Amino acid sequence: MHPAFSVILFSTLSGAGFGLLAFLGVGWPAPEGLAAFVFYAIGFALAVSGLIASTFHLGRPERALRAFTQWRSSWLSREACLAVAALVLAGLTALAQIFGSGHVLVLGWLAAAFCIATVLSTSMIYASLKTVPRWNDLTTPALFLGWALAGGALLAAHVMLAAVLFLVASAIQLAHWIRGDSALRRSGTTLATATGLEGGRVRSFEPPHTGGNYLTREMVFQVARKHALRLRVIGLALAGVVPAVLLLIAPASHVTAGLALLCHFQGLLVTRWLFFAEAEHVVGLYYGAHTARTA
Amino acid sequence: MTQLPPPSEVKLGLVIDLDTCVGCHACVTACKGWNTENYGAPLADTDPYGAEPSGTFLNRIHSYEVQPEDGVAQLVHFPKSCLHCEDAPCVTVCPTGASYKRAEDGIVLVNETACIGCGLCAWACPYGAREKDPVEGVIKKCTLCVDRVYNENLPEEDRVPACVRTCPAGARHFGDLGDPDSAVSRLVAERGGIDLMPEQGTKPVNQYLPPRPKDEPLDVLAPLLEPVAETPDGFLGWLDKALSRLPGGPS
Repeated sequence: MHPAFSVILFSTLSGAGFGLLAFLGVGWPAPEGLAAFVFYAIGFALAVSGLIASTFHLGRPERALRAFTQWRSSWLSREACLAVAALVLAGLTALAQIFGSGHVLVLGWLAAAFCIATVLSTSMIYASLKTVPRWNDLTTPALFLGWALAGGALLAAHVMLAAVLFLVASAIQLAHWIRGDSALRRSGTTLATATGLEGGRVRSFEPPHTGGNYLTREMVFQVARKHALRLRVIGLALAGVVPAVLLLIAPASHVTAGLALLCHFQGLLVTRWLFFAEAEHVVGLYYGAHTARTA
Repeated sequence: MTQLPPPSEVKLGLVIDLDTCVGCHACVTACKGWNTENYGAPLADTDPYGAEPSGTFLNRIHSYEVQPEDGVAQLVHFPKSCLHCEDAPCVTVCPTGASYKRAEDGIVLVNETACIGCGLCAWACPYGAREKDPVEGVIKKCTLCVDRVYNENLPEEDRVPACVRTCPAGARHFGDLGDPDSAVSRLVAERGGIDLMPEQGTKPVNQYLPPRPKDEPLDVLAPLLEPVAETPDGFLGWLDKALSRLPGGPS
């Protein structure tokens, strides 16, 4: 799948933002006054900037409000609704804490639940697609939730918890890759089932047109596969392993946390880029792609 | 509304005969022409006369080679457009309600004034039947020529999709696949029509008729050609023996 930078930026930034807002929601930490303002400002900046970035890949962004209407069937619509609800609830919690009413328990927990639900609905947009077997897996929601909570824990200044969550998320990432590498084969979709042709080996002889098209650009995107493994190692190290080690061994300070955070975001961008670039859409089979990865 | 309607009784769709299609792309051209001049936003062409021509098409023809274990390879031309699936995943993922399946005849359409061009429906379709138009920024797909098939301003023989009307080989058939007695349903039953990617669970309405098995290969020249003598005699026999004695030949 084509790795659209706006979508990569959206899912990484807003994930960490909603992770932080979830921790603030449950009152752990429960800052007051100016400190509360700073914590919430960071959470909102990340979550909202991500949401704004996500509108950049729309063909008709001026109609974006319509995306709030189809929550009964569409995970994308559910994500939009849940994100707004989470931001409103978190906003009310923030106001209470900044202006001295303290942490409102019910409101805060409700906000946290909606933040988690927003991250999960983002992941379900991908996990619900049968056409991309690599995504159509339980490890996808686990992956999005894992990285969001790990990033959120670090932003919420829970150093030890963040270190542990970074390692847990790294393990989920590994599982996602291992399961993902055989997902297309396990899905059973091949060029033979795509064309229904029998009686021999089916090979794409000629594409429909000499040039590329929307489908080949959007869904038959091929990573520079020779670098995929290197990028996985770099991504996993930067996103999870190095920050965890840093938090465990370096003295706890804003500098350590800042370094770990910077490192984590760099790595997360790499792994999220791979999440799209490595994903095989079954329509690629019609164009003769992915044949090495099918049964 | 992007929830799917209950299965309709009338299921309009296409039956595509892979045995008959000659791969002329006339249906592609007819489709592009009709759907650029009529219903909805025109189908864009970017850089049409330049180095990298690209464009939006609702119907594309692939070609595949089927190579049996032994015997000659067979070339199959493979037209592909929206299959107007019963369980259309492209409809339910739409966040705006722009994508919908008609309750009365099962045609899957896009309300182009409500489409935000997020492209999620194109991701959800396993067949590559939806394309985001680079100029209009909305999703384009086969309408089954809904503006022809019910159009009483057209002569009756023209009230079929443009691709069906134009096919010079008679490889495309249009009709009601919900009616077991319709001509298209009888054709599907007779020829063993198949679903594409049945494992995706989309229950496509459009059906494909597989190529008929080839006749026994007939070599018309065989009886006229004498087989080469394996053990020559006379002058050729002497030459064969003499040459075989020389070093460097096959042992």
